[in-house]
Amino acid sequence: MKHIKTLNTRNLKESMKHGGCGECQTSCQSACKTSCTVGNQTCEKKK
Amino acid sequence: MNIILKQDNDANMIHRYKNNGYNIVLDVNSGCVHVVDDIAYDAIGLYDEGECNICGVLMERYPDENREDIEELISEIDSLKDNGELFSEDIYEDYIFDAGSRETVVKALCLHIAHDCNLACRYCFAGEGEYHGRTALMSAEVGKKALDFLVAGSGNRRNLEVDFFGGEPLMNFETVKEIVRYGREIEKKHDKKFRFTLTTNGVLLNDEIMDFANKEMSNLVLSIDGRKEVHDRMRPSRNGKGSYDVILPKLIKAAESRNQTDYYVRGTFTHFNTDFCEDVLHLADLGFNQISVEPVVAPPSEEYAITEQDVAKICDGYDRLASEMLKREKEGKGFNFFHFMIDLNGGPCVYKRLSGCGSGTEYLAVTPWGDIYPCHQFVGNEQFLLGNIEEGIKKKDICADFKLCNVYSKPKCRDCFAKFYCSGGCAANAYNFHGSILEAYDIGCMLQKKRVECALMLQAARNEEENK
Repeated sequence: MKHIKTLNTRNLKESMKHGGCGECQTSCQSACKTSCTVGNQTCEKKK
Repeated sequence: MNIILKQDNDANMIHRYKNNGYNIVLDVNSGCVHVVDDIAYDAIGLYDEGECNICGVLMERYPDENREDIEELISEIDSLKDNGELFSEDIYEDYIFDAGSRETVVKALCLHIAHDCNLACRYCFAGEGEYHGRTALMSAEVGKKALDFLVAGSGNRRNLEVDFFGGEPLMNFETVKEIVRYGREIEKKHDKKFRFTLTTNGVLLNDEIMDFANKEMSNLVLSIDGRKEVHDRMRPSRNGKGSYDVILPKLIKAAESRNQTDYYVRGTFTHFNTDFCEDVLHLADLGFNQISVEPVVAPPSEEYAITEQDVAKICDGYDRLASEMLKREKEGKGFNFFHFMIDLNGGPCVYKRLSGCGSGTEYLAVTPWGDIYPCHQFVGNEQFLLGNIEEGIKKKDICADFKLCNVYSKPKCRDCFAKFYCSGGCAANAYNFHGSILEAYDIGCMLQKKRVECALMLQAARNEEENK
């Protein structure tokens, strides 16, 4: 496209098809103990 | 072509913003991120506002553009919409209410190894490490029973997380070792994999502990706030002397011994250092590659609490940090800032984003004497005492409340563009500020939104750099 560049993104709707295994890390266990940050967690299946 | 019906903003939400020279459009429900030129930015804005004559408005605004080009742009937008990448619909809400009736399993525990600390940090939510109650150390027996409780409640989840937390967990290091040893024994038997993490202030770190941590801990969280004067002001030892000089050499050695991966130096910034960007850069200058520095959460009565007046300066600080990170990356001196991390391609699935941090359901905290709370921040608040490791969860109704805590049950989250990145935020913060876990801590929300904007901008800039 000439005016719009779409970044390579995992479409959240597509992730409904194969998501939900629950094996991913709990957010507070990583490096935040007071501000919940879920969007930066890694999908265990995509590792 | 240029007659377009108004979008329903709530259901087909986009977020459009400019940052560091980039025009960014986030399609909230699909998670798609578009980097656009000025005219496309305006066109999408007009589309969102329900403008009926987009072509006419744009021709007036951009007299050098010809009609064919503008019509081509509008067809680009239509095509993204048809592909579900722009103005896409929210199809998740029905799912989340079905999910409420689903059985959840426990997959992570925060073990309060020591309700005692060798520092007296002024902002500690544990009341200088003692959780406003008695000083106590967890016994190995309680720790082992906590692991049994976790395994028994984990269903078919294989990866189980256990964080050794405090107070200062290294004040009870022998117990940590014994619990880990026990964990390694039982994980084979039950086909589980324990991922242990340790959160420490670093005072007691030595070679023996580091060797153990490097063998057994999948992540190490090392507390340091940044510049010496900033750190020492908030993190004094029990005798009132700053702790920076004691811990710094140990933290540097620890980070190096882990090859600068699988750890974080983690700091807290307050009203006293709203120029926290300088603290992050100080940590980077010291050679740390994995950095997490987050805003203090404190009642407004505390002089160090972040105020609404601080927000603008903190947001400017996030902008400066993001732009400095890009500069350093180009110079080959890049570092990772936890709160700007975003994995657009391999990030969490929508189920994870809808279910939040998991406190009170998948994630629980255990006190030194075996009581169970929804998370480390609720420990000491008897209203949230869920049960204990001997008898299990007794207050299932409280867990049910946490299970229903999500972006659709929180009125403030419904129309927020960042809802699928923070997942509704921290339940403890919401409760502490508003008396309900279904609320949201407003200052935290403002800062979270800014961090998401910076994180997406960084992705746009890195993408541009890669495609040069």
